[in-house]
Amino acid sequence: MSTYYAGLLADVGILFLGGLSVYIILTTGQLSLGNAGFMAVGAYVASYLTVTAAVPISIAILAAAMISGAIGVLVGFPALRLRGIYLAMATLGFGEMVRSFFLIFEPMGGSVGFHGMRHISAAYIWTWAVTVLMLVMLIERSRIWLEMRAIDDDEVVAELVGLNATRIKVGAFGLSAATAGVAGGLFAHHHVYIEPGNFGFERSIDFVLAVILGGSTVAAGPLLGALLLVILPEALRFLADWRLAAFGTLLIAVLLLRRQGLLDRALLSGRLRAPIA
Amino acid sequence: MTPTAEAPLLRLDAVHKSFGGVRALAGVACAIRPGQIVGIIGPNGAGKTTLFNVITGAYHADSGDVHLDEHPITFWKPHEIARAGVARTFQNIRLFASMTVWEHLLVAQRHRESWARRFLPTRWVDPAAQSRAQEVLGFFGLECARERPARSLPYGMQRRVEMARALSSDPKLLLLDEPVAGMNAEEAEEVRSLLLRLRGTGITILLIEHDMTFVMNLCDYLYVLDFGALIAQGTPSEIRSNPAVLNAYLGREDRA
Repeated sequence: MSTYYAGLLADVGILFLGGLSVYIILTTGQLSLGNAGFMAVGAYVASYLTVTAAVPISIAILAAAMISGAIGVLVGFPALRLRGIYLAMATLGFGEMVRSFFLIFEPMGGSVGFHGMRHISAAYIWTWAVTVLMLVMLIERSRIWLEMRAIDDDEVVAELVGLNATRIKVGAFGLSAATAGVAGGLFAHHHVYIEPGNFGFERSIDFVLAVILGGSTVAAGPLLGALLLVILPEALRFLADWRLAAFGTLLIAVLLLRRQGLLDRALLSGRLRAPIA
Repeated sequence: MTPTAEAPLLRLDAVHKSFGGVRALAGVACAIRPGQIVGIIGPNGAGKTTLFNVITGAYHADSGDVHLDEHPITFWKPHEIARAGVARTFQNIRLFASMTVWEHLLVAQRHRESWARRFLPTRWVDPAAQSRAQEVLGFFGLECARERPARSLPYGMQRRVEMARALSSDPKLLLLDEPVAGMNAEEAEEVRSLLLRLRGTGITILLIEHDMTFVMNLCDYLYVLDFGALIAQGTPSEIRSNPAVLNAYLGREDRA
């Protein structure tokens, strides 16, 4: 496999994990525009551990996930008071806060960035991506996932059937942040150099796009979305300068024709939506 | 009604609740005895649904107390009250938009405190929840709709799904807010026999209903609420002949 394709494949894997992190939190009805912030935490923590403390890469990524997850729980509490676009704005603010923190945090290079990580292969990235995907698919069939969906559907009723909405929403924030942290650790070691600009608002938006495009009700949604987001701009190269415009047009078309994203629960389970006779 | 030694399942003492200047509940006191079907009737705006909201913790009483099994639950959170054994349905049906009938029955089952049961596929780790859901599905005659999105079902079935969701949490006390609203006589009769069978299993039912024939034929005991205050209580035959009730309620509202 050429370096070019390996690079694309690695990008898909990392974007997929980022999309998965947005998908998890979105299942409870909370939209996060700041997951690049959790990714940054994961990237810096994992890089610090492997470069200055010589921790093995897989352990460093696990630690990055745990620390990102803990920060996610902390962010989740104030987020409980916000809904819809207000929550989206607050998470956006959080993402920018993390980015500017690393911009002035000299021990990790500040604006110059941080390097010295050892390169990891696309295969290693996909080992993580597939493992996390399988874990999420397992949880999707558990009752905690039903509880998360119940909160998205109707939080008042969810509480009246005995669900502790506070705990579930905060927990989902933690799980989402941990997943973004894994994406960050992998990103840092794939590119072997990170700077705060890698974790800006555009990356958070890419995560959300992967979910919206691929489908926001099944874990395979962000996978397809990530694939399309990376492959399409490449496949449209023959359009030269017009390719990004064409890409945007395709995106709008998908949203108009399939608002729930390309994949959804009904499609995957083969269930018909026809009303009962 | 003669007093007995049996402790009430639910007891309200002088419950007050106001919204701004509007008094929704003005000193409501009642004692619901276990194993009965108890009706709350009263004109629109009498405070019946507010009473349900106070019992389930959606609102907290301004003053007064709510006791479940002699435990004060006045300031408990809704999910705590639900776990203590209170389940309800809504006047305007509120089903989970993304879920099938089957998923409604699984999600409502009070979660058992085990990580494995919560985070691993229900199908593998929680056969008890599966069989309970199957049982409730059969009780409400919803087997044929098991994998349907609940919101796509006809109205009468949606009402049954709501009751089934409430029942699958194994409540001691079931609160039904207008269970036969919008149903024809035949459907209402079906619901009546379902509720009688439920009472037979030991569940206590508190229901709000405008359909007088339904209430009179079903309930063991009735409370009449008017402008937030209880104006009468008694067996259906006592209520039927109570002059205060005739005046406040039946005289005005008896359109059915």
